[in-house]
Amino acid sequence: MSIIQIIFLLLSVMAVGSALMMITSKNPVNSVLWLIVVFFAISGHYILLNAQFLAIVNIIVYAGAIMVLFLFVVMLMNLNAETEPVKNRRLQLIGITSGGALMLIIVSAISKIDVEQLVQINAGDSGLIKVLGMNLFKNYVLPFEISSVLFLSAMIGAVVIGKKEEIENKK
Amino acid sequence: MDIKAYIILSLVLFTIGIIGVLVRRNAIIIFMCVELMLNAVNLLLVAFSKMHALSSAAKASANFASDAQIFVFFIMVVAAAEVSVGLAIIVMMYRNVHTVDVNFLNRLKN
Repeated sequence: MSIIQIIFLLLSVMAVGSALMMITSKNPVNSVLWLIVVFFAISGHYILLNAQFLAIVNIIVYAGAIMVLFLFVVMLMNLNAETEPVKNRRLQLIGITSGGALMLIIVSAISKIDVEQLVQINAGDSGLIKVLGMNLFKNYVLPFEISSVLFLSAMIGAVVIGKKEEIENKK
Repeated sequence: MDIKAYIILSLVLFTIGIIGVLVRRNAIIIFMCVELMLNAVNLLLVAFSKMHALSSAAKASANFASDAQIFVFFIMVVAAAEVSVGLAIIVMMYRNVHTVDVNFLNRLKN
């Protein structure tokens, strides 16, 4: 077993284990923290694939910005294990069974096919900032500009939804 | 590494996200499971892009393998916009019904 396979296995176990802890922990704050661990494991996978730009962006945007927003909302609402709503046992069992069946079927179907395609590990320059930047600003300028409009509309939408209460009170 | 290992890992993460959406009732946790599913797809896209980097077509064009990573970048952009609006909606819902239980959102049923 080579060192690459060992690192891959470690990161995979870390990602899957933390994801399982996320959906099973009672306290929402713990769920947010476990999801951050999942994002760090996925960033480790990106570094292993030599996609350095995406690894850094994943940590900054997901673990840094989005999860802080989640944590902020959870703490703002003062959610904890006591206020956590619990689904009844039957529905939980049905959900786990159907999800597990989906996973079992697709994994067994994937492992049957005999495609021997290899993935380039820890080499290649397609994930470097220079190549990605050249591609983004040469071929994908229009989507890049449209995404700024998307952000503006999302920002305005969040402010409008957040201020709705006050407008109703004035009427 | 074999591409199959990455496909199976992404599938497992994606199905954990699906099970989370089905099992939990807290709206914030359901939202986090959606983020987990998006990340599983991102990981698979990057693995496929690095698989294509080994093909013969990648030698002809420098941008060939980085297209999928641009795509992942745009998925992250859309996810960030989605989270800001979604959390605003959840805060709004908490203000009105004082809970984040999604089972309280059944007023359209009757």
